[in-house]
Amino acid sequence: MTLPDPGTWGAIIAITAMAAATYLCRISGVALMSIIPLTPHVRRGLAALPGSIVVATVLPLIERLGAAAAIALLAAIGTMILRRSELLALLVGMAAISGLRALGF
Amino acid sequence: MSADPNMQPVASEAPITAAGMMLGLRKVAVLVPGIIVFAVAFGAAAAAKGLSFFETMLMSGFVYAGVAQLVSLELWRPEWSWGAIAGIAVVTATVNARMVLQGASLQPWFAKYPKILNAFHLFFFTDANWLIGTRYRAEGGRDLGVLIGAGLTLWLVWIVATGGGYMLGALVSDPRRYGIDLVMPIFFAAMIVPLWRGKRGMVPWVVAGLVALVTARLVDGYAFIIVGSLAGAITGAFRDDAA
Repeated sequence: MTLPDPGTWGAIIAITAMAAATYLCRISGVALMSIIPLTPHVRRGLAALPGSIVVATVLPLIERLGAAAAIALLAAIGTMILRRSELLALLVGMAAISGLRALGF
Repeated sequence: MSADPNMQPVASEAPITAAGMMLGLRKVAVLVPGIIVFAVAFGAAAAAKGLSFFETMLMSGFVYAGVAQLVSLELWRPEWSWGAIAGIAVVTATVNARMVLQGASLQPWFAKYPKILNAFHLFFFTDANWLIGTRYRAEGGRDLGVLIGAGLTLWLVWIVATGGGYMLGALVSDPRRYGIDLVMPIFFAAMIVPLWRGKRGMVPWVVAGLVALVTARLVDGYAFIIVGSLAGAITGAFRDDAA
């Protein structure tokens, strides 16, 4: 038995498949951790996870996006240390990157 | 993660309040301008790629994952085979794989709530939600309403702005000029400060960062996030002192 051709429904089926894949990603971490017992090791691993995710996301992006992006992100981190305001950090970071890019960096 | 000793005992172990939802709305407001431009850019790009208005809105409403949606446009085609559909699903899952770890890190919080409620609010779970929720929890907050308020707000903004972008077309032709492509990276970088736990907690971060850098060099796409994060978590798990 072969599947009928997706035909005119192809785009809708593709979007449905994307939605299903994304929802599975959203729930599977939570579902998985509800069956893994919280031993001290797992607990420490979970405690280290948020910072690890942040660093693992940001560092390669800096390398990919270039020096101007690195300066903008450092400016945002510096703002955050001084003021603890995400809004201000975002504004400073975006001002830095817009300015640097306008100057041709 | 230890409980904040200053926190008052709450009536319920698993609170969800309207006040919490309003707090979530306020916390996410910072990101709304950036998300609007991102969604407008996606809507415009989808129109240019030949998606119908209905398909574009369907994707923003049900997939609701900015980077994955933009990447999918690169793979979009006028005719679909089952192979192409499977391919786009796999690419979507790869781009969104970071959500698995983000969800896992917040599971101890969600565990106190009914499964059906978690299945519902996780539909709205995004990078922004994870960052807001992680910071709020680290400060001793326990109200799930914060995550639901932030998630619903962002979802509605995302959908409306996608529609606007589709109509307006190429108005935001170059989001890079305004640094829109850096909104989430900046927000991620800023999170390092409230997550900082002193030098002891740094070792897993350094491992996560180095492994992510190496992975990014070797593998295309976004695998570096999940490989680096796992390396950091495993390092944290096997260190003698609690991070």
